[in-house]
Amino acid sequence: MSVVSEQQTPPSAEPRKGLSPRKRQRISRGIQYAVLVVILVVLIALADWKSISQSFFNLDVAREGLPELFTVALKNTVIYTVSGYAAGFVGGLLLALMRQSSVAPYRWLSAIYIEIFRGLPALVIFLMIGSLPLAFPGFHVPGDVYGQAALGLGLVSAAYMAETFRAGLQAVPKGQMEAARSLGMPYMRAMVSIIIPQAIRIVIPPLTNELVLLFKDSSLVLFLGVTAAQVELAKFGNDQASTFASPTPILVSGLTYLLITIPLGYVARRLEARQGAHR
Amino acid sequence: MSTVEVKNLHKSFGSLEVLRGVDFTVESGQVVCIIGPSGSGKSTLLRCVNLLEQPTSGTVIVDGVDLTDPDVDIDAARRRIGMVFQQFNLFPHLTVRRNVTIAQERVLKRPKEECDRIARENLEKVGLLAKIDAYPPQLSGGQQQRVAIARALAMNPSLMLFDEPTSALDPELVGDVLSVMRQLAEDGMTMLVVTHEMGFAREVADRVVFMDGGVIVEDGPPEQVIADPQHERTREFLKRVLHPGV
Repeated sequence: MSVVSEQQTPPSAEPRKGLSPRKRQRISRGIQYAVLVVILVVLIALADWKSISQSFFNLDVAREGLPELFTVALKNTVIYTVSGYAAGFVGGLLLALMRQSSVAPYRWLSAIYIEIFRGLPALVIFLMIGSLPLAFPGFHVPGDVYGQAALGLGLVSAAYMAETFRAGLQAVPKGQMEAARSLGMPYMRAMVSIIIPQAIRIVIPPLTNELVLLFKDSSLVLFLGVTAAQVELAKFGNDQASTFASPTPILVSGLTYLLITIPLGYVARRLEARQGAHR
Repeated sequence: MSTVEVKNLHKSFGSLEVLRGVDFTVESGQVVCIIGPSGSGKSTLLRCVNLLEQPTSGTVIVDGVDLTDPDVDIDAARRRIGMVFQQFNLFPHLTVRRNVTIAQERVLKRPKEECDRIARENLEKVGLLAKIDAYPPQLSGGQQQRVAIARALAMNPSLMLFDEPTSALDPELVGDVLSVMRQLAEDGMTMLVVTHEMGFAREVADRVVFMDGGVIVEDGPPEQVIADPQHERTREFLKRVLHPGV
């Protein structure tokens, strides 16, 4: 041990300048609480509570939406989402495989597609779909609005899912392909039987998140011009809101979205955590 | 007849020349062990024999078929060449049964019952019939490697390649895999084995090939190459492998 000189003062014994760190922290926290309380008090004081309960939580108006809220609007939202998701899934997988193709133009096409459709707002794509017959005269998307919705949502989600699938395909160890090829499997057979099933397992959590995003994006279908029978949650809420001159139906629609998105998001996080634990 | 005939084989990765002119043959029914320091090119050589690596130049002839001929059906050729990897590479999403039947079914187009029968025979041979419905991650490394051997054998290969099959195993699991390989050698399988197991090479191999720096330095029966090496490099390597820490 070296000899400690008499003049050297241990750090804790340094003379304090102003407040101690602990005290400062306590004051800072106190200020944050105070700001929160002030904001709440102002909001509560300014809000017109009578009007809020009458407009947003008008149970009579909310009841008017039943049962169509579920039998028509939610049902259509689910149909649009699921069909768009299926289209995006197939398209995304195809794009991801093209991204790895040995034919260079396929790689470029896929890269360009992904860049464009991830860069565009989904709304723009939906507005364009109505103009498709101008580019291809006589062309009609089969299935009317349902087909157009599947196409629009599929085009958007394919770009996102392609990137997800690509990550999944890259996460499968190289040895898997080598083992499959050494057993005499052609490349495509090895992809379909060995690599893709493992890649999909890896990307199930992000794919579930994509389903949540698409469920919300399905509200854009209203820009395709839908009939009363084709209406989905957002438009249903909006239409009812103008009929009854009350924002309650919009709130009800919003809650119905949450009914699906919150549990689905929870499932996605659980899957993610489970996969994390396995690795 | 030679099962494997490698002539003037070169392989480069970019500017790195890994194989610099390798010639050797494996006769039918022979067991040849390739030994050598890491980076000597022995795994690359093995991977060139079933064209997992494309040789830069030279020829690889297996069962009379020149695999380096661009017109050759490489998938058909690989069916006759079984390969066992250091990291096992079992398909983790499939059961042991499916691991052993999938290529028989999809590649050889054998009827389902036959695939199953052959899977059972080969799993029996490696002592793992009881694990037929398990998934690979539920098995120990040694068990996975034995399933991998059964998977390769189910294709009725005329040649088996082993790429450091015991290097990834815990020491107490090495014996089971080696005894399966020993049995296979006794049954007359043609085998090309990259290994660090000198005991196995000495007892089982008909020939031992010592590689260093991308060329074959010494090639001969084990009693010569291992017990009485002629080259200084071989002696140096064996001294380090057989008496580590001295």
